[in-house]
Amino acid sequence: MTEEIIIAGFGGQGVLSMGKILAYSGAMQDKEVSWMPSYGPEMRGGTANVSVIISDQRISSPIISQFDTAIILNQQSLDKFEKSVKPGGVLLYDPNGVINPPKRTDINIYKVSATEKSAELGLAKVFNMMVLGAYLKIKPVVTEEFIEKGLMKSLPERHHGLIPENLKAVQTGKELVEAVRTL
Amino acid sequence: MAKELKLMKGNEAIAEAAIRSGCDGYFGYPITPQSEVMEYLMAEKPWERTGMVVLQAESETSSINMVYGGAGVGKKVMTSSSSPGISLMQEGLTYLAGAELPAIIANVVRGGPGLGTIQPSQADYFQATKGGGHGDYQLFVLAPATVQEMYDFVFLGWEIAFKYRNPVMILSDGAIGQVMEKLYVGDYVPRWTDEELKKNAPWASYGKPANREHHIITSLELDSAKQEEHNHKLQAKYREMEEKEVRFETIDCEDADYIFVAYGSSARIAQKAIQLGREKGIKVGLLRPITLFPFPKKPIAEFSKKVKGILTVEMSAGQMVEDVRLAAEFRCPVEHFGRYGGIIHTPHEVLEALEEKIIKAK
Repeated sequence: MTEEIIIAGFGGQGVLSMGKILAYSGAMQDKEVSWMPSYGPEMRGGTANVSVIISDQRISSPIISQFDTAIILNQQSLDKFEKSVKPGGVLLYDPNGVINPPKRTDINIYKVSATEKSAELGLAKVFNMMVLGAYLKIKPVVTEEFIEKGLMKSLPERHHGLIPENLKAVQTGKELVEAVRTL
Repeated sequence: MAKELKLMKGNEAIAEAAIRSGCDGYFGYPITPQSEVMEYLMAEKPWERTGMVVLQAESETSSINMVYGGAGVGKKVMTSSSSPGISLMQEGLTYLAGAELPAIIANVVRGGPGLGTIQPSQADYFQATKGGGHGDYQLFVLAPATVQEMYDFVFLGWEIAFKYRNPVMILSDGAIGQVMEKLYVGDYVPRWTDEELKKNAPWASYGKPANREHHIITSLELDSAKQEEHNHKLQAKYREMEEKEVRFETIDCEDADYIFVAYGSSARIAQKAIQLGREKGIKVGLLRPITLFPFPKKPIAEFSKKVKGILTVEMSAGQMVEDVRLAAEFRCPVEHFGRYGGIIHTPHEVLEALEEKIIKAK
């Protein structure tokens, strides 16, 4: 199994930390992992993206241009990465602010209204964990047990009190995800 | 040795390795894409645990001269920077080489020329392997391709630097510096005691007792005959490195009709291109130089007798390709492919280049 993922959105949406938690969880589950951020001027406001690879084998290139899954959190990123999903792959997006929804018919498209839901619950800070939950519902590449371990490893100890809230957000995301168009 | 699993960026791995390998001092000046090295050291505060000094200098010129001072007294000292900062250090590097001082210099390369860009590049190959500063000298150049190697090569770097009394450069790039991967770290190696330092660096200027001559650390020798003799000694040392210290890795080369030659992050990308190529029935392998000086001339010469063509892949306009051509001596076609100026080539582009420049061109 090799899963090549791009996570893309605005800086501040928790794109990089979501990727980090996923990578940590994979590592805890004894998978090979890589996490490659865009660290360019994007970091200083604007779009941010990270590619994450989780695999049973040694990872060749952490730098990839085609993805099994694209997790898209704004229109700019959708415009940029919709074409980079491998045929038969998955595109998961948050429809908030997306005026032109994805058009491809050779991939599986899902949406998760995590921005809306997290605002409604007053939990904007765990928005990214809802998106992660939605992704794991579609592709359970790591199990819940290891998400918890990944959180413990990636968060500093003083923040470990927040882990239950994060795990709850993962659950919410799993319930929230909707198939838009699948093959 | 107990092995502990961590998930770290390449830059952080260099910093962690410094602490764990018994480094005495790190002197640096921040620059993207390697700022995490000093950032990590400052957060870890090794001076409280091992006594290691971490100091932000006022410029790269200053940090490399602090390295010169520390190395002169036999300490394990290092610095890191990225391309424009490394250019500023060139005077210090040739002085270190001239005075035969051990040190580690990590260059996390970004696109140039000039201030260039903050994105990854491999366009400093010439600077790292062909001098950079003035005079006939060589840095020992290691090219890590993984976060694990960023860590391991700090340990290896001390070994080489002190064995040969020569500065060692760890030549990586923004991609290897920024990527986070699994890393296994070992036990802490304590810093040398004064007795160990005298044993491991007997030439150092650590304080003169009454019963011996001065230990003089200098690269200046105004008597040309003596300077020539000193140069002969340096050259003999470089030849010995070429004899004994060449390191490289081959992947999928057993049945290969073609090979890529690539180091660092381009070697990772080339590995993916190999998978894509083999899915299409193209038998391609990879030779990955791990030491860029000394360069793996012999294995490349051997492959040039067997394969139908070689494509070098580097994020530059073509620098290492010159060394590959010299080693191949026209026994097979050698072409170059690479994006540069901060753009990273994709595995698909690499495979396409192999098809266009080597396979179809025949």
